[in-house]
Amino acid sequence: MNFIKTVLGASAVSLLSTTVLAESLTIATVNNGDMIRMQKLTDDFTEKTGHTVEWVTLEENVLRQRVTTDITTKGGAFDIMTIGMYETPIWGKNGWLVSLDDLSDDYNVDDILPAMRGGLSYNGTLYAAPFYGESSMIMYREDLMKKAGLEMPSAPSWSFIAKAARAMTDRDEEVNGICLRGKAGWGEGGAFITAMSNSFGARWFDEDWNAQFDTREWSDTLNFFVNMMSDAGPPGYATNGFNENLSLFQQGKCGMWIDATVAASFVTNPDDSTVADKVGFALAPDNGMGVRSNWLWAWALAIPAGTQKEAAAKEFIEWATSNSYIDLVAGKEGWANVPPGARTSLYENPNYKDIPFAKMTLESILSADPNNSTVDPSPYVGVQFAAIPEFAGIATEVSQEFSAAYAGQQTVAEALAKAQALTNDEMEAAGYR
Amino acid sequence: MARAVTNQRKIINTVIAWAIGLLIFFPILWTFLTSFKTEATAIADPPVFLFFDWTLENYTEVQERSDYFKHFINSVIIAVGSTILGVLIAIPAAWSMAFVPSKRTKDILLWMLSTKMLPAVGVLYPIYLIFIELGILDSKIGLTVILMLINLPIIVWMLYTYFKEIPHEILEASRMDGATLKAEILYVLTPMAVPGIASTILLNIILAWNEAFWTLNLTAAKAAPLTAFIASYSSPEGLFYAKLSAASTMAIAPILIMGWFSQKQLVRGLTFGAVK
Amino acid sequence: MATKQSRSAARLMMAPAVFLLLVWMLVPLAMTLWFSFRKFLPLRGGDLGFVGFDNYVRFISSSSFWPSVQTTLIVVGSVLLITLVLGVLLALLLDQPIWGQGIVRILVIAPFFVMPTVSALVWKNIFMDPVNGLFAHLWKFFGAEPVQWLSQASLPSIVMIVSWQWLPFATLILLTAIQSLDSEQLEAAEMDGAPVLRRFWHIIVPHLSRAITIVILIQTIFLLAVFAEIFVTTGGAFGTKTLTYLIYQRVLESQNVGLGSAGGVYAIILANILALFLMRIVGKNLDA
Repeated sequence: MNFIKTVLGASAVSLLSTTVLAESLTIATVNNGDMIRMQKLTDDFTEKTGHTVEWVTLEENVLRQRVTTDITTKGGAFDIMTIGMYETPIWGKNGWLVSLDDLSDDYNVDDILPAMRGGLSYNGTLYAAPFYGESSMIMYREDLMKKAGLEMPSAPSWSFIAKAARAMTDRDEEVNGICLRGKAGWGEGGAFITAMSNSFGARWFDEDWNAQFDTREWSDTLNFFVNMMSDAGPPGYATNGFNENLSLFQQGKCGMWIDATVAASFVTNPDDSTVADKVGFALAPDNGMGVRSNWLWAWALAIPAGTQKEAAAKEFIEWATSNSYIDLVAGKEGWANVPPGARTSLYENPNYKDIPFAKMTLESILSADPNNSTVDPSPYVGVQFAAIPEFAGIATEVSQEFSAAYAGQQTVAEALAKAQALTNDEMEAAGYR
Repeated sequence: MARAVTNQRKIINTVIAWAIGLLIFFPILWTFLTSFKTEATAIADPPVFLFFDWTLENYTEVQERSDYFKHFINSVIIAVGSTILGVLIAIPAAWSMAFVPSKRTKDILLWMLSTKMLPAVGVLYPIYLIFIELGILDSKIGLTVILMLINLPIIVWMLYTYFKEIPHEILEASRMDGATLKAEILYVLTPMAVPGIASTILLNIILAWNEAFWTLNLTAAKAAPLTAFIASYSSPEGLFYAKLSAASTMAIAPILIMGWFSQKQLVRGLTFGAVK
Repeated sequence: MATKQSRSAARLMMAPAVFLLLVWMLVPLAMTLWFSFRKFLPLRGGDLGFVGFDNYVRFISSSSFWPSVQTTLIVVGSVLLITLVLGVLLALLLDQPIWGQGIVRILVIAPFFVMPTVSALVWKNIFMDPVNGLFAHLWKFFGAEPVQWLSQASLPSIVMIVSWQWLPFATLILLTAIQSLDSEQLEAAEMDGAPVLRRFWHIIVPHLSRAITIVILIQTIFLLAVFAEIFVTTGGAFGTKTLTYLIYQRVLESQNVGLGSAGGVYAIILANILALFLMRIVGKNLDA
């Protein structure tokens, strides 16, 4: 009798300690290329752990609305959510996410790039593990630059970019000197113009949370952008976001493109890009004010608090954001296609050193500082956003006003006046002012 | 002579009608064709119409990435389930309104229709909280009930107008024969109303199939129908016209084919019997 | 005619449907009303207490409110106008004897079956894209500068997409109505030498009035709720924010449920004003 009890007890313990029961995880993610690749590699995870995965892959806007509804209502529809650097500290502060400080030693949490780890933590606790990280940089056509008789410095200024953009433009050949995001939405055109405005000395709020759109710096930013884009940008740039510009660049219709560093692997991939062997990279431009116009972002995996499957979810996160996942992708698809920007060791890996955009990506990430993103002091954290709950809503409306100005439906001055009024209005409603 | 004129007119009318028909149908045709192109051909300038290397790679890619059949089955269950449920609840109500009308009948009907005007997004949070409370988030049952409620006013009204067309004398006669209420509905009324019920069912399956707000916001993996399937193709990275076209074709084909086969019944249904 | 017994039976049979709709309407409505008087910010800890009419004042005094009402009315109005005018013309044409009428009808009805999300995606990308869209190729072929549909002609573009979806509906209903028109009456008028336009206004239009009311009523209900077409194409930019979209923006993008709920109440009021107006007409027309 005792013997049986002991055996049963022992086996129960061993079951608990070695494998958690096989679970089925529901994971919400965005339909970006790297995530789709992860989805295709799920079998490897199931093989190793026994857990199965059901994917909910949605377009970015829909994903955001879906996971936000679920987390604020504690709906529990997802075991893992793909979120960004904007959501993580806000949700972590509210206690909605499971702390990831107890991941295994193999995982080597200290290997995560400090900038990423900082942006995905609240009060020193990591709440989301970066799947990939990005900054922004210039991708340009070396052949067209040469044809225009110019040479790209490794750290150019905005005035050089504007000059080069106009010189590279050839409307008859459908070559636009520069392609930039103009699409409304805080994560689309809003992110670009905010990062750009930082280098022009502008900021969203002063230290008392007053909107700053009535300043000369903002008007300089927007006027510079609109003038450059109308001379050298693609038609309809007011509706172009990341994807639209990527398509244009891959088709050889852009001389320069300033956007996410992850795009580098897409534009240099000969399967998709007609200009794969002609792309050069440079740091995002500045205006001589000490701040460059690059942003900092990470897509990361987080576990909503209250999930029944915490252990299995952590196993998945360790699998998907580890070095061994990077090796897995490298083995199947080559080093150029591994998820970038998350781990220090990747940039020390000799195999990755040869990748043409590796160095510039790392430099861009290292030069973005969310705590010190503006020339004048600001009360918020974040480069291309302000990490407060109200920002997404406000910035989307502001960027809609800007897009209307890009499309010529109103003047820059009108757009800025409206942005100023609506921002102050909503900040007042939220109790900041 | 007169005949020649008519024939000439018929030819002209035919040409115009076909031209307009093809123009209206063109976006769907073009999407269908694009789904068989490679991504590069899909954006080729000048566009190619028919003479390209037809490929099925978009379809295999879409199926591999996001299990079409799971979403398809969910769509069928939710659309058909909510419609049947709605019709079962609506038949008695429509019967009583049509045959035992009171002063308030029309007010009730109009009120029912007005519930359809509530803006859905305004009540997303309340409904989401209720769903969590009841534990029916991401379940086919929950969605079936919601879609049933959304379409119930239309179902009731459509059935009401069909029932009203049925001559009262027949019912009177069956009552004289001593038929019970149940027998009256089951054996007299229902058979006569079958065409009306059929078109009601058709229209509501289409409406439920295409509903994209609740089906997207109340599901995750298990109950997600084709509207969620489409949301993962709407703006992926890189070139995507061909894949988007394939996914679109897969999402709309079932309902399009069903609609074509039943367009006659549909017209009757849509007009609430008011147009004969 | 109806006995007392059948009356109570009738009430009983109506009960489930009425009860369900009552619950479906009242529970969310009550919750919307409740939230509309509270400061309810999910990202700031949820329900932060009673604020009186603050949300109502704030929603209506926002610079986006009146433009959004205007946009809503423009979208509903222009789609109704386009689908009715083209619908009548198309119905008249399809009523003529032509070869392959069945097939033409199938072609014309098809857009009605397409999911709004899909049709918005297809129009936006495959047709209206200013660089790779089919329209851009077409414009360039004729040597014209491609139109930037969704930014420079945003509202007309959305009206066009929505009209494409609803034209089949209008056409089919009007066609059915025309086919029921007494052809002898028309022929008699033709014999009398009444000109085409006169015949149209005096015989066909009055005959269609009932079908037209149906089209207006049903379409209005669905057009007030147009959402996917805007969400996918412009995301509310370029003056395409309808009232429904503004509420979406308040509730989901700004995560201000109280404010959004107040907007919801306004939308219900607007919808009911329109509904009342429509119901009067339809109610009268359906009695006949």
